[in-house]
Amino acid sequence: MLEIFGTFADRLVYAWMGLAPDSRLGQSMHFFVEDTTKIFFLLVSVVFIMGLFRTWLAPEKVRGYIAGKSHGAGYLLAVTLGAVTPFCSCSSVPLFIGFLEGGIPLGVTMAFLITSPLVNEVAVVILTSIMGWKMATVYVVTGMGVGILGGLLIDRLHLERWVEGYVWSIRMGAVAMGEVDGSLTGRIRYAWGEVETIVRRIWVYVLVGIGLGSALHGYVPREIFLEYAGADNPLAVPAAVLMGLPLYSNATGIIPVAEALLDKGVPIGTVIAFMMSVVGISVPEFVMLRKVLKPRMLVFFGLFLAIAFIGVGYLLNGIFA
Amino acid sequence: MKSFKVLGPGCKNCLTTAQLIEARAEKLGVEITLEKITDMATILGFGVMSTPGVVLNGKVIHVGSVPGASHVDQWLR
Repeated sequence: MLEIFGTFADRLVYAWMGLAPDSRLGQSMHFFVEDTTKIFFLLVSVVFIMGLFRTWLAPEKVRGYIAGKSHGAGYLLAVTLGAVTPFCSCSSVPLFIGFLEGGIPLGVTMAFLITSPLVNEVAVVILTSIMGWKMATVYVVTGMGVGILGGLLIDRLHLERWVEGYVWSIRMGAVAMGEVDGSLTGRIRYAWGEVETIVRRIWVYVLVGIGLGSALHGYVPREIFLEYAGADNPLAVPAAVLMGLPLYSNATGIIPVAEALLDKGVPIGTVIAFMMSVVGISVPEFVMLRKVLKPRMLVFFGLFLAIAFIGVGYLLNGIFA
Repeated sequence: MKSFKVLGPGCKNCLTTAQLIEARAEKLGVEITLEKITDMATILGFGVMSTPGVVLNGKVIHVGSVPGASHVDQWLR
């Protein structure tokens, strides 16, 4: 069904605009048109459908599900729910405090916070439709793995002392869920509201991502990637992660860039390490988390993620070589 | 007089929510007071974990998203 976007791009770029399929501009434009139409179509559909079901997945309920679970079950649940529960990054602080206040261990809470931006249902659907289910599965499994590992490490090292002291003294009122209009029109209106909010928040990232992907696709020769980011350059993975650190994009926005990189022969581990580094660590998120985490914890958190992403890169390059 | 509080650490969605309530109130000619709460202890004291949250006369009426304009109008009536 999604081929129609490719067909549409063929028509628009090659037939109507008259660009040659083997010209650089033609290839770039084709990539741009196909990805823009396909990604925005998928984005709107997935957010809308998830919006219809969102009331069952509210982060407030997640707290209830995880609280009181055994450690192992808590971790699995935290990263799974982290992946499917949408929340704006500015909610990460109140969620963090709310989870701890509800008696959820710091490690489990951090696992939830690490996984949430890395893996989400929109990115999974778009990854699957653009790069296939194998790539999507690998991405999801490693993303959740990093979340669990980070949580376990924080638990083992007893880093509770690196959480700001006031956090532990906050007492929470009865959890407020807001009133939900459970009728069909109510749910549709809500879901459409979600689409508007999310598209307004991330469209720039997505367009910039597609633009970069198109430019790479059409204008940068394959040899350059093979020389610098190919499988036989052992420094390519850490370099990709370091490059990704200061960059920030939403998980959806980075997909077209990853698509172009894979297409140019960059190994899968290097590409996934780069994606995770762009999506998982961001300055705004860190500024936000500084309110509840001491500077030491932020440094630890950033270092852990960078090292974990590098590890993921090497591991996947080893497995899929 | 209706008293609104918008709960949130000061992100864009919280700001949008506050502006929306002010704009709708002015349009409908309803007099309100509006306060932006950024203090975490107070936000969590209301039981709100996903921001923005909206409090009307001391009661939480909305959490987790920018409310729709028609929603806001209902609160103002």
